[in-house]
Amino acid sequence: MSSRLINWFKFSSPASFYPLARKISVVSTVIAVVLIVIGLYMSFFVAPTDYKQGEGYRIIFVHVPASWMSMFIYVVMAGWAALGLVFNTRLSAMMAQALAPTGAMFAFISLWTGSFWGKPMWGTWWVWDARITSELILLFLYLGYMALRAAIDDPRRGDRASGILLLVGVVNVPIIYYSVKWWNTLHQGSTIKMNNQTTMDETMLITMLIMTLGFWAYAIAVAMARVRTVILERERSSTWVRGLTAAEI
Amino acid sequence: MAEFFHMGGYGLYVWGSFGVTALCMIAEPLLLRGRSASIRKRIARIARLDQEAQS
Repeated sequence: MSSRLINWFKFSSPASFYPLARKISVVSTVIAVVLIVIGLYMSFFVAPTDYKQGEGYRIIFVHVPASWMSMFIYVVMAGWAALGLVFNTRLSAMMAQALAPTGAMFAFISLWTGSFWGKPMWGTWWVWDARITSELILLFLYLGYMALRAAIDDPRRGDRASGILLLVGVVNVPIIYYSVKWWNTLHQGSTIKMNNQTTMDETMLITMLIMTLGFWAYAIAVAMARVRTVILERERSSTWVRGLTAAEI
Repeated sequence: MAEFFHMGGYGLYVWGSFGVTALCMIAEPLLLRGRSASIRKRIARIARLDQEAQS
C-alpha cells in the first residue's frame, strides 16, 4: 500500500491510536526482553576483557545505551511538542508526556553508571566536567518539563507551555553530544564515529548495539503503555472512553 | 562463580551499575501498571454510577 493512501491524521486522534498503542507495546515488550537477555549474556560471557580497564569496562554496556536513549528520547519529545504546537493535535502532547519519565530515568541511569565507572577509573564519583554537567542539565530539563506540565491545571495550556520548554531545551542535546570535542574534558571522546574508523573491538561494539536496540524497544514498550494511561486519564469523561468494553480498555 | 561476582576487583562498580539499571527498568513498568490500574478502576466506577443513575 502506498503511504499516501494512509491517512496519518487518523492516528492523531487518541480514540483510534488507543488500540494501536497496545499492539505496539506488546510487540516491543517481546523484542526488548529477547534483545536485553541476549545483550546481558554477551556483556558478561562473550565480550572479552579490556586490556586496560579489565572487567570494569563492562559498565559501558549499560552506560552508553542509557546515555544515547536519554538524548534521543528528548529529541523525540521535542519533535512531538513541535508537531503539537503546529497542528494543535492532542495526541502529540500526550506522546511527549508519556516519554518524559522514561527519558528522565535513562538520564539518571547514565549519570549513576557514569559515576560508578568514574570512581574506579578516574578516582572520583563526580566531577563538573562539560559532558557530565550537560547530562545533569538534561535530567533537570526532564524534571522541569514534568513539573511544569503537572503545575498547570488546564491540560491544553500545560501542553503548550511545557512544549515550548522542551523546544528551548533541545539546544542542550548537541552540547552534550559535542562537549567532549568542544572542551578539554575528563570524559573520553566518542569511540563510535559517524564517518571514521571505530576504535573498538567488534564483539564489544555488537554487544553495545544489541543493548541499545533492547533499550530502544523497552522505551517504546513503556511509552506506548504509558500513553494509553495518559489518554484514559485525560479523556476519561469523553463518550468514546465510556463506550470502551472491559476487553478494550 | 565467586570470581564472576568479583569482576577482577571491579565487582562493586559493575554490579552497582547493572543492579541499579535493572532496578529502574523493572520498577518503571510496575509503577506504570499501578497508575494504569487506578485510572481503569476510576473509569469503571464512573460507568457504574452512570448506570445506577439511569435505572
